[in-house]
Amino acid sequence: MEAPLLSVEGCSFAYRGGDFRLQGVSLDVPSGRVVAIVGPNGSGKSTLLRLMAGLLRPDPGRVLLEGRAVHSMSRKRLARALAFLPQEPETSFGFAVREVVAMGRYPHLGTFGFLAARDIEVVERALHETAAAALASRPFSTLSGGEKQRVLIAGILAQEPSLMLLDEPTAALDIHHCYEVLDLLRRLSRRGIGIVLVTHDLNAAAQFSDRLILLAAGRVARAGTPAQVMDQGLLSAVYQADVRVIENPVTLTPMVILTGKASDEAN
Amino acid sequence: MRRTERYLSAGRFAGVLAAGVALWLAAGAVCLFVGQASVGPADVVRVLWGDQEASRAANVLLMLRLPRVLLGLLAGGGLAVAGAVFQALLRNPLATPHTLGVSSAAALGAVVAICLGLPGPSGGPFTAVQFFALAGGLLDVGVIYLLARRKEVFSPLKLLLAGVTMGLICSAMIMFVRFLSDPMKLVVVDRWLMGGLDVHGFRSLAAVLPIVLPALAVLLTEANAMNQLSMGEEMAAGRGVDVAAVQKEAFIAGSILTAAIVSVAGPIGFVGLIVPHLLRSLFGPDHRLLLFLCFFGGGVFLAAADAVARSVVAPSELPVGVLTAMLGGPFFLVLLMRRLR
Repeated sequence: MEAPLLSVEGCSFAYRGGDFRLQGVSLDVPSGRVVAIVGPNGSGKSTLLRLMAGLLRPDPGRVLLEGRAVHSMSRKRLARALAFLPQEPETSFGFAVREVVAMGRYPHLGTFGFLAARDIEVVERALHETAAAALASRPFSTLSGGEKQRVLIAGILAQEPSLMLLDEPTAALDIHHCYEVLDLLRRLSRRGIGIVLVTHDLNAAAQFSDRLILLAAGRVARAGTPAQVMDQGLLSAVYQADVRVIENPVTLTPMVILTGKASDEAN
Repeated sequence: MRRTERYLSAGRFAGVLAAGVALWLAAGAVCLFVGQASVGPADVVRVLWGDQEASRAANVLLMLRLPRVLLGLLAGGGLAVAGAVFQALLRNPLATPHTLGVSSAAALGAVVAICLGLPGPSGGPFTAVQFFALAGGLLDVGVIYLLARRKEVFSPLKLLLAGVTMGLICSAMIMFVRFLSDPMKLVVVDRWLMGGLDVHGFRSLAAVLPIVLPALAVLLTEANAMNQLSMGEEMAAGRGVDVAAVQKEAFIAGSILTAAIVSVAGPIGFVGLIVPHLLRSLFGPDHRLLLFLCFFGGGVFLAAADAVARSVVAPSELPVGVLTAMLGGPFFLVLLMRRLR
């Protein structure tokens, strides 16, 4: 097997003055695959994603991108290889869609960030690939939730990264737009980009991702293919709920359904 | 609604910049000939020809009008840039150069110097009042910096709370000093607090230029990073911005810029609020363009307001700080109502 794109090696993390949010997490992210991080609220999903993005520093542990520690790289250099999309970024001051996407070129440009012909090409291509070209002149703040997410993905695509990290990219979307975004991410992964996303939607994760990482209380409960992770006993224990895993009759991927009320052990 | 069909290329940037400079120079030139003593372009020619009878006109132009117009252009421009920067940094559209209490602290320094009749530094371009105003403003910047400093990020919320609180403390201390001081001196204090550009000669400009120009340079080079910050701190960090460094530098440069201007011109209000808003609604939110336009637009606004201030109630003159709020306030309200409708 070829070297992983990103490796998390024995990472623990605690917010200052708080308990551990992650303990001894190790995992590999391959290129050209969609990896979904799932787990109950407070299991450390977003913390793990921020460690991967170099926004938080593990203690102890290290995160390697193509063999280099992310914390030893300058932020601009890191951003040329790794893009991070937080959940619901702020959008003050009414930038237009085209400007929002063009901001993705930041790590490739100088102090004033004027776009050269090739940069404009990259931005326009990102707008087309995310079906956002028709929105290009509109103010970003007037878009619907699904449109915004497509434009934000166009923005990190314009960064030309080899790895994209997305924090709950489908959280505010209806089922149609959720699947549209996940399908887009899957297509991008097939071009060789590594995709890691955090999500609460286990069924969508099982359907659209190649690997699942199930976190529970700051540790990796299981990592593997959707079939390996979508285990009835494991999910019941981790989510403390009566669940059943069945086969999705259309996609043939594993599907979890809640069968009863939350188990009494939860209390 | 503003539609953006094009990217901000270096060429378009240079074009808008050139137009700004042209307007700036033209407005400055017009303001030179507005005032109580009627001095016209013909007098300039006579002065340049060495006409002895034109010496009065030369004195008015060179020692009164020119430094005053230049200070107006510099102070208005600097306050508008600082306002735009604080609006981006605090992510609050109501932020002004005075929001973080720098001006109140500078005012406290000035009021103390006036009431106690403190001597200034001997030599150098500063008067005692300017020196203590600048010292007060810088002290405030230092205190807020220490309060808002954190390991990972420089929290805008902490910055705002610390700054507003410092401003309130300084305002209370101004009241306290006023209460204790000789009533005769209160006239001078009040006049200073209204803000004005009534300088004589180039001493004040020489005092603040070495502070204002580097601060402006720092802010203008960070304009592109400020664009990224308006999408949020994490998004900016993911794009390669060293968020903590940019926030720190923008806060310090913006505050020092404000302190320097206030130390010579007093706490002139409204320029730092309305000029950025007006220019943003006309030219869009891109800080690379906006900050330069604020410098030129804010300068033109203040120099023009000062030209009005020294002509409307001739032979007396209005303090320009009073006029900016009286003109700017209603204008801003109209803008606000039209936006909300």
